Amino acid sequence: MASTKSRTRPVRTLVVLGALIVALFASIFAGTQLDAKSEDNPGGASWSPELALDLQGGTQLILSPVTDDGQEVTDEDINQSIAVIRQRIDSSGVAEAEIARQGDSNIVVGIPGEVSQETIDLIVTPAQMTFRPVLSVGSPLPAEDPDAETETPSSEESADATGDESADAATEDSADATTEDAEADAEDGATDAATEPAPEPTDPSDLAQITPEVQAEFDALDCTDPTNLVGGEPSDPDAPLVTCDQDGFAKYILGPVEVEGSDIDHATSGLRTNSQGIQTNEWAVNLTFTDEGADTFQGVSERLVGLPSPQNQFGIVLDGLVISAPSMNAVITNGQAEISGNFTRESSATLASQLNFGALPLTFEVQSQEQISATLGADQLEKGLIAGLIGLALVAVYSLFQYRGLGLVTVASLLIAGLITYGVITLLSWTYGYRLSLPGVAGLIVAIGITADSFIVYFERVRDELRDGRGLTAAVDRGWSRARRTIVASDAVNFLAAAILYLLAVGGVQGFAFTLGLTTLVDLLVVFLFTHPLLQLLAKTKFFGEGHPGSGLDPRRLGVTSVRYAGRGTTRRAKSRDDLLSLDDGATTDASDTPARLPQPATVGGGADGMTIAERRAARRREADAEPPVDGDGTYAQDEEKN
Amino acid sequence: MASGFAQWGNDLYTGRRSYGIVAGRKKFFAASIIAVVLALLVVTFKGFDLGIEFRGGSEFVVSNVDDTSEQTAIDAVQDVAPGEVPKVSVLGGDSIRVQTEKLTTGELETMSDSLADAYGVSAEEVTSTYIGPVWGKDVSAAALRALVIFLLFVAVVMAVYFRSWRMSAAAILALFHDVVITAGVYALIGWEVTPATVIGFLTILGYSVYDTVVVFDKVRENTKGVLDQSRSTYAERANLAVNQTLVRSINTSVVALLPVSSILFIGAFLLGAGTLRDIALALFIGIVAGAYSSIFLATPLEVALREREPKIKAHTERVLTERAARAEESGDDADAALAAAGIEGGAQLIPGHHRGNSSQPRRRRR
Repeated sequence: MASTKSRTRPVRTLVVLGALIVALFASIFAGTQLDAKSEDNPGGASWSPELALDLQGGTQLILSPVTDDGQEVTDEDINQSIAVIRQRIDSSGVAEAEIARQGDSNIVVGIPGEVSQETIDLIVTPAQMTFRPVLSVGSPLPAEDPDAETETPSSEESADATGDESADAATEDSADATTEDAEADAEDGATDAATEPAPEPTDPSDLAQITPEVQAEFDALDCTDPTNLVGGEPSDPDAPLVTCDQDGFAKYILGPVEVEGSDIDHATSGLRTNSQGIQTNEWAVNLTFTDEGADTFQGVSERLVGLPSPQNQFGIVLDGLVISAPSMNAVITNGQAEISGNFTRESSATLASQLNFGALPLTFEVQSQEQISATLGADQLEKGLIAGLIGLALVAVYSLFQYRGLGLVTVASLLIAGLITYGVITLLSWTYGYRLSLPGVAGLIVAIGITADSFIVYFERVRDELRDGRGLTAAVDRGWSRARRTIVASDAVNFLAAAILYLLAVGGVQGFAFTLGLTTLVDLLVVFLFTHPLLQLLAKTKFFGEGHPGSGLDPRRLGVTSVRYAGRGTTRRAKSRDDLLSLDDGATTDASDTPARLPQPATVGGGADGMTIAERRAARRREADAEPPVDGDGTYAQDEEKN
Repeated sequence: MASGFAQWGNDLYTGRRSYGIVAGRKKFFAASIIAVVLALLVVTFKGFDLGIEFRGGSEFVVSNVDDTSEQTAIDAVQDVAPGEVPKVSVLGGDSIRVQTEKLTTGELETMSDSLADAYGVSAEEVTSTYIGPVWGKDVSAAALRALVIFLLFVAVVMAVYFRSWRMSAAAILALFHDVVITAGVYALIGWEVTPATVIGFLTILGYSVYDTVVVFDKVRENTKGVLDQSRSTYAERANLAVNQTLVRSINTSVVALLPVSSILFIGAFLLGAGTLRDIALALFIGIVAGAYSSIFLATPLEVALREREPKIKAHTERVLTERAARAEESGDDADAALAAAGIEGGAQLIPGHHRGNSSQPRRRRR
């Protein structure tokens, strides 16, 4: 009895939907005001969705991979690079990029629209990645005040063992720990370190490596100066390195290289799972080392974990700049590290993709960068849209033909669904870099059918209820409670399909799955928040409620012939079409045209309505050739829900 | 006419008119098996004409052209290789990129010369190279893996939702039927398979399952408590469900087909080969096959599986024996025969439901 338990408020539901649509377009409007799309800001907001490579054209980059040590670039390397580049581009949103190899060893990357320099940099950033222990961290400004040095701006990021291994080796090298303590005291004043004689460093974390020259370089470095953030300078892997954080928020003195980028097997980003195995809301990067890398990294973690801050941090250096400097919270023995901290979805994905790229010992050279026109002519989109409009018009004509007045409800619902879809796509173009390709457009046109099906399922249910002899309001309620389940179930299956394809597939399929999932959700939204409340309201109007022949809910057309109990000892019987005709003619009604197998209520003349049981009995007695007794009521008062 | 259609819908709903879709299932199974086998044969022996997105191809770049019209390149390519539809784009401001199917060395030279002639540049301005597949093996592998997981997941979800693995199995078989037939017809027509085609196929997966879920939902509703009554068999209840959803199935298919056919005809007749045409063709075949399978295949399959269940089997036998006995009693009274089949009063009977005092008005609780 779900339909009567809670008082439904159709007007309120419609207002909620209106508010949602207004909010949707208001946020796009806000976007166009605050972050307008322009030449310098290709990712900005605009009133129309961004188009993909096939419809809009974009930028074509031809890359050729170069190995530093002159190694042969194998086929496998190229395929791996294509996969890495594809992953990097895919992880930056749902933009549909085209990546293919060209000739023997070149890679062609097609990116839709204007491409910002950052995107190109992201793709071609050299893969020189190293892990170095942090010796000292300072504020990015040139040091005049020695106290500033001990600030640790990135200390929120930390590395944990993701395996079950506990941090048991914290006290392992106690001999080192004592010397480290002594040195940690010395660290407080940079001058102390400077005055010490430079002995042979005992390990890569040895602060004795901070010679006066290194300290002077560190003091002088200004990381707020953009010229110091370009990176790319080659550095001696065995010597300490003074460098900046990639964002210019801190500067570091780093020890010699301990782990190479090629020691990383792969990295992924995702929501962090805590020790109970429950997913938290925190984004983290999971790092897996190769067997060799795992051994080296274990040694590093054993040493770092016992050291005071900031020496327990290790700097991940990409292209000469520190991209992250997590602190070591536990000994990592299984080669699986987790970097957590205040990451967002984007920043964790970026770090993971940088780490993945760092794992690949290749650099890319941009051979050419050119504008490329749309691969499909503009007429394809135009004709596609025309085809879509024709299709929509045909659907409208068909539903008007089939469902009369209800057809208008279908058309209105489709228009609302179209409006919401357009808004959401435009919004996602701005916020997530979604791009509409021609297959996407085709998918949206096809979605017209799937969306309209929800209405058809609903209307057919309502008609079924009317055929059972219910009044319109009751039929809408009961029809809805039954149709709702079917609509939700079938849409859920569709949505699952979309979600799985989106999560597992890549490239164009992903874009399509996104469109499919989106239209499915919009379908549900429109049916629940628009079509149903609208029908509830319409059921109260005279035109629909009394079953005007043009409403599509005419009980006579639906063949309702059974008698319905109307309370107070009276019954109602919808008049068959023939009855109606003969009434119009002013002749006496003859019910013999109604199908013979249907039970014939004993009604004579058009005045069945309002007859009491006694009157009916009297009438029946008068009837010489009485038909079988009334039976039609049986369907009226069936229990609502039997599940 | 609409009123005729509505009347037909009414009759289907009440059971006055009924098509023996479940009863005649052997015919439909045979038709489907033949169609699937034929489709598999076509796919095996004729195969697909894979586009350059899958196989890679040859790429020409014509530099320093004055006129960047794309049609020039299309004409030039078709002079050399009739029927070939190249992908042409403008690079930078003064170069044309032309991608074609993989050509032999001899063809490469002819094509280069043809392009150079067409754009009025010297032969040195045309470079040619091999271009790898945009949709490489890794993309296909990822899509395939997603597909397998999707099928498993959908099977499990349906089995849980309908609380019957048989419905799930029938739906997956119907899905398989749709996809194989679509692939077969597509291969037979011989249009090039592009990523758009693959996306069309994927849409059909979703559509077919969607369509079947709607019909099965009605089957489940009608066959609820079927064992508690002895008027109609499981097969008859299921058949009633198919008939009752027939109007919806037809309306849905028409509504889904209208936009698709409008894309297909505009795509095929006005635009020629291209994304729109490919995706629309795959969808058109798929929706027709899906509509057929949701009516004539899924439910009969489900009934065939169900009737192997001992409980249902025993119930069917009991109902038929009792009905024969009743028909014997009443002689050849048509109404009695109909009543025996559980169709009376202009509405379907709800199994296990009394028609006694529950049909009396209830006192309203205050």
